[in-house]
Amino acid sequence: MKKTYKIDVDCANCASKMEQAAKNTQGVKDATVNFMTLKMIVDFDEGAEPKAVMDQVYKNCKKVEDECEIFYK
Amino acid sequence: MNKKQKRMLVRIIISSVFMVVLSQLKIEDIWGGWLRFGLYMVPYIIMGYDILRKAVKGIINGQVFDENFLMAVATIGAIGLGEYSEGVAVMLFYQIGEFFQSYAVGKSRRNISQLMDIRPDYANIEVDGKLTQVDPDEVEVGTIIIVQPGEKVPIDGIVREGTSSLNTAALTGESLPRDVTVGDEIVSGAINMTGVLKIETTKEFGESTVSKILDLVENASSRKSKSEDFITKFARIYTPAVCCGAVALALIPPAAQFIMGNDPQWTLWIYRALTFLVASCPCALVISIPLSFFAGIGGASQQGVLVKGSNYLEALSQVKYVVFDKTGTLTRGVFEVTGIHHSPMEEEKLLEYAALAESASSHPISKSLRAAYGGEIDRSRVTDIQEISGNGVIAKVDGIEVAAGNDKLMKRLNIEYTDCHSVGTIIHMAVDGKYAGHIVISDVLKETAKQTMAELKKAGVTKTVMLTGDTERVAAYVAKDLGIDQYYSELLPGDKVDKVEELLETKPAKAKLAFVGDGINDAPVLSRADVGIAMGALGSDAAIEAADVVLMDDDPLKISKAIKISRKCLGIVYQNIYFAIGVKLLTLVLVATGTVGMWMAIFADVGVMVLAVINAIRALFVKKL
Repeated sequence: MKKTYKIDVDCANCASKMEQAAKNTQGVKDATVNFMTLKMIVDFDEGAEPKAVMDQVYKNCKKVEDECEIFYK
Repeated sequence: MNKKQKRMLVRIIISSVFMVVLSQLKIEDIWGGWLRFGLYMVPYIIMGYDILRKAVKGIINGQVFDENFLMAVATIGAIGLGEYSEGVAVMLFYQIGEFFQSYAVGKSRRNISQLMDIRPDYANIEVDGKLTQVDPDEVEVGTIIIVQPGEKVPIDGIVREGTSSLNTAALTGESLPRDVTVGDEIVSGAINMTGVLKIETTKEFGESTVSKILDLVENASSRKSKSEDFITKFARIYTPAVCCGAVALALIPPAAQFIMGNDPQWTLWIYRALTFLVASCPCALVISIPLSFFAGIGGASQQGVLVKGSNYLEALSQVKYVVFDKTGTLTRGVFEVTGIHHSPMEEEKLLEYAALAESASSHPISKSLRAAYGGEIDRSRVTDIQEISGNGVIAKVDGIEVAAGNDKLMKRLNIEYTDCHSVGTIIHMAVDGKYAGHIVISDVLKETAKQTMAELKKAGVTKTVMLTGDTERVAAYVAKDLGIDQYYSELLPGDKVDKVEELLETKPAKAKLAFVGDGINDAPVLSRADVGIAMGALGSDAAIEAADVVLMDDDPLKISKAIKISRKCLGIVYQNIYFAIGVKLLTLVLVATGTVGMWMAIFADVGVMVLAVINAIRALFVKKL
């Protein structure tokens, strides 16, 4: 299942760090961050609960880039 | 500018002023130099507090080698060495660079989105005789919506009342207006120019053309190209490598000096190592590559060429083989009367007989005969119609026997006929038992088809191939007329996949193969080719779904245009890659040898980024290609 979230981040490098962090989160099959359109597309693992996974994705992204925002609530 | 950027601008101005004033003041080393230190700390903290905070957080979170960390180490290091103004200036320059980047990117993001702004904001519906604006999302299928002149058509539908001209430039890049009248299908995103239209919607907003196109273009840059992947990987090994380099620079030369018994000059080398760190930020690369692709995709979509991803734009630029499906791409796919030969009577009269005799048939050929005749068909004039399958039709028109069909029909009726040398479908005519000449019907080539082949060659395509289910004779004629290198005729739909696979195997490894079809029942071929291009896709969901590149109108010239756009965009991408890496390496070398100081290093960094961003924006301007 794929979902698209709006994000806010300042630099392209930070965006790619967020992408990496999201990819490495449990329950995420694949993730893409599009810096130009400020969107994050997350492909969830089968049976994963998007809300819970996104909480973790958000936490992991905050770790690598403090000034990022994911609008998933 | 948004709030964050404004705040940053204020910070930049305050610290710049502070710096200028400080550089003019002669500050005595009173209180053991602490006054000077304190004064310089003011602009430093104003400029760098967020960087320092992020650097600390980064270390706590295990993110050691990021640019905040580099900046913090470099500036604190410079200050520690007593180079106060240097440390503050570096922080200032860095922030100016960041500010510019965020401003430029925000600006271009808005510009590009504006170009693609075909999203309708509302739909008009009539409630109790009054026009009411509603959210297009809330309009149900089958609702009558009203579109006034100057408004965008919000949802796909059928015109129920009114006539008008539509401007589809935003969708197709075609500036010629399209006339619509009652009963015509209408696609969303077009702008109504002249009359009021009442439209019965046939789709929901989310399923309408405009939503699909927007969705496609917005998500296009999420499919990353190889160049982007390269940059991501590059950045990942680059930063740690640079850090190791800096440590080496700080330790090895002084240690060597020390062993040789010279003065180790620790301060000098540590300062150089710090400068090395500052100069290393890969920002220009990381920002300009996706920006170039985004701009290229935006510019292309403005020309009616939708590219589904950066990866396809990249593949398109490497296309050397272009394979065409004949019908619908090079030809219009509509049969027309192209000639009338050997007729003893007036051509019009002959066409009238043919159209009337064929009036009961729904075959495309009879349709084109009727279209060529143009007049009203009075069915009551036609009697005794017999269709002889595989031969033609015999009927009585105004009581006179008319036979229209192929050579087999003429043989069957024992009528002598004249063979035709023209390419196409030949309809022999016999009126009242006598041969009355023949009508040639053929699929008409698109006006720009020939020019397209020439343009493709100019754009660097080495081989053009045509695939068709048509007869050998027609295929040979078309291929020769257009200047196509190779053709395969009399193919069944399944054969086309085989031929494309054959071509894929024989082509050079680096060349990419593009297949151009009209999107109708060639989905398997479209997906098999390196780049699948569908034409005339406006209103055809299947084509938009199956292809990698979608041409909104059916002008084949757009194919060469798409290739040129992609070449330009990729050209810019490579310029930026070489330029940014080149300048970076040069700066690093100059820093390591002590030729340039920290100021120059940071200036180079910001300068490269500015130039790369400006260069990337060039990808947007593709109108004149």
